[in-house]
Amino acid sequence: MSERVDVRKTYKLYVGGAFPRSESGRTYEVTSSRGAFLANAALASRKDARDAVRAARSAQPGWASATAYNRGQVLYRVAELLEGRRAQFVADVTAGEGLSAARAEAAVSAAIDRWVWYAGWADKVAQVAGNANPVAGPYFNLSSPEPTGVVGIVAPQRSSLLGLVSVLAPVIVTGNTAVVISSQQRPLPAITLGEVLATSDVPGGVVNVLTGKTAEVAPILASHMDVNALDLAGAAESDGVTWGELEALAADTVKRVRRPEADTEPTWRTDQSIGQILAFTETKTVWHPKGM
Amino acid sequence: MTAQTTSTVRPWVRDAAQVATDAAGLVGSAQISNTTLRRYLFGLPGVDEVGAKGRAAQLGTRSIKTTSKAWALDTIISMIDLTTLEGADTAGKVRSLVAKARTPEPGDATCPRPAAVCVYNDMVATAVEAAKGSGIHVAAVSTAFPSGRASLAVRLADTTDAVAAGADEIDMVIDRGAFLQGDYLKVYEDIVAVREVCQSRSARPAHLKVILETGELVTFDNVRRASWLSMLAGADFIKTSTGKVQPAATLPVTVVMLEAVRDFLAATGVQVGVKPAGGIRTSKDAIKFLVAVNEVAGVRWLDPDFFRFGASTLLNDVLLQRQKLASGVYSGPDYVTID
Repeated sequence: MSERVDVRKTYKLYVGGAFPRSESGRTYEVTSSRGAFLANAALASRKDARDAVRAARSAQPGWASATAYNRGQVLYRVAELLEGRRAQFVADVTAGEGLSAARAEAAVSAAIDRWVWYAGWADKVAQVAGNANPVAGPYFNLSSPEPTGVVGIVAPQRSSLLGLVSVLAPVIVTGNTAVVISSQQRPLPAITLGEVLATSDVPGGVVNVLTGKTAEVAPILASHMDVNALDLAGAAESDGVTWGELEALAADTVKRVRRPEADTEPTWRTDQSIGQILAFTETKTVWHPKGM
Repeated sequence: MTAQTTSTVRPWVRDAAQVATDAAGLVGSAQISNTTLRRYLFGLPGVDEVGAKGRAAQLGTRSIKTTSKAWALDTIISMIDLTTLEGADTAGKVRSLVAKARTPEPGDATCPRPAAVCVYNDMVATAVEAAKGSGIHVAAVSTAFPSGRASLAVRLADTTDAVAAGADEIDMVIDRGAFLQGDYLKVYEDIVAVREVCQSRSARPAHLKVILETGELVTFDNVRRASWLSMLAGADFIKTSTGKVQPAATLPVTVVMLEAVRDFLAATGVQVGVKPAGGIRTSKDAIKFLVAVNEVAGVRWLDPDFFRFGASTLLNDVLLQRQKLASGVYSGPDYVTID
C-alpha cells in the first residue's frame, strides 16, 4: 500500500459566524514548539479587523438583551462541545505549547472547567455586583452592571487555550461581544474554539477570532473608535508590541483598558475571579421616586 | 453610441410646447396616442439582461482609493437627497433632518451639504422653513406616493399642495398598473399634467422626478420603455424606486436607466437626470454607482443637478468613511448623529 499523502490544512478567520479568508489573501505557517509544520493560518489584515469589529458591533445588542439565564445556558453548551473536542484541543496544546500529554490534558480540563465556572456567573453577576443603594431622599436607588460593548482582546501568547478562555469567557458572559487576536505562534486552539463556537448556540459575531501578527492588528483595534474596551493580556509577550503604546492609542477614545499585570505571562492556573467579569462592565444606576 | 451633442438643454427650462415637440419628433407623429407610443416604445432595442447584469458587476469591481475616494465621498454627499418617508414623521424629526443636512459634519466646514431633503407632502412647509437660506432643496414625494393609486384630480391636488408650500422638487410616481396593462397614454398624460403643475410656479419651476418603481416593472425591457416614456412626457429626472418596494435601486437597473438618459441626450440634446433610491446604504455601494454614472452616461452626469442618491442611512456611512480618511483610524456609529 502506498503511503498516504498529508492533508495540509489552511485555516481561516472566524468573523460574524462565518469563516472568511483574510481579505488580504495572506497566510502564515504555524509550527509546533519543535519547529515542525502544523498548518497554515490566515494572516489577518487591517480590514479583517474592521470587519470583525463591525460583526461584533451588530451582534452586541442582541447578545446583551438575551436573558442572563439564556446566556448562561448557551455558554454551558459551549463547554459541552469543548469536552467533545477534548482530544483535538489536547493535540493542539501539546504541539503548540510543547507540554507533556498529561500537562496538556490538565490544561484543557482547566480551560473547560473555567468556561463552566464563568458560564455559571451569567445570571449571578448582577446579584453580586448590583446593589440597592441607601440614599438620603425618597428614592429607590439601584445599581446594576451592564456590558461595556465591543471588547478587543489580545489573547495570551503562551497559554493558547487556558489563557484564551481565561480572558474571553469573562468578557462575553455579561453580554459584551469580542474581537480576539489569537496567540501569534500558537493560534490553533483559538481556531478550534472558533469552530466550536460556530456549531454552538452562540450567535455569530459574539466572538470573532483573528489570527496573524499581533503587532499588526492590535493597534487597529486599539485605535478603532467603535471598540469600547481592550484587554491587553497577551500584549506583554507579543513581538513588536509595546502595550503602553496600545494604551495610548486606546486613550484617544477613552477606552476601558485592562493592562497585563506583569511583563511576563502568568500561568493562568488561578486566574479566575468575578473581578475579571466586572473589568468589562459599566455600572448603571437608576433613581426612582418613592411614594410620590 | 452616436456622438453626443455639444450643447445640452436642462430639461426643466423647456415649456410644455417644447416638450411636446421633442416627443413628437422622436415618436414620429404629432399625434401622441396609445398606438404611436406603443409602436415607438416597442421599437426600442431590447435589453440584454445577462449583459446588463454582467456590465454592472464589472463596473462594481473598480477600486477607488485615497484622493479619488475622498473626491467620491464628497461628491456622494453633495448628491444625496436626505430622505425621511415614514408614517411616524413629525415636524421635529423633519427639522432635525434639515439640521443634519445643513451641518452634516459639525467641526468640519469643508464637508459639503446634501443636495436636498426629501419628505412627505405635508412636511414641505416645515422643511422649507428650516432649510431657508441654506441652498438645500426641498423635495416632496407627491401624487399619492408610494402606490399612486388615486384619481388624477387627487394626485394633481397633492402636487399643487407641495408646489404651493414651496417644494423645489416633486417626486411623482407613475401609474404602474396602467403601464403594465399597456395604457402608455395614461402614464404619459399623468406626467404631462403633473409637470404642468410644477411649471405653474413660473418664476421658479419645481423640478420633476418621475419614479418608475422598477421593482414592480419586472423586466429590464419595461424599465427601458418606462424611462423613455417618462422622458418623452417631460421628466427632469427618472428615479428608480419609492424605497417601499423590494428590490429597490439595484446597480443593473440603474445602468439601464443611465443608458436611456445618455441615448435621450444624443437624440434630443436634453440631459435628463437619474436618481437611484432605496437600498443604497454604504459608501462602497454608492461609489459603484458613481463609477457606473461615469462609464455609462458620462462625466457630465457627475453633478447633483443630474444624479442623486435617495437615501437616509447612506450619509452616516459616508461621514464615517470621511472621518476614517481624515484621521486614519476607523470610526464608529457613536460619532455621527442617529437618523
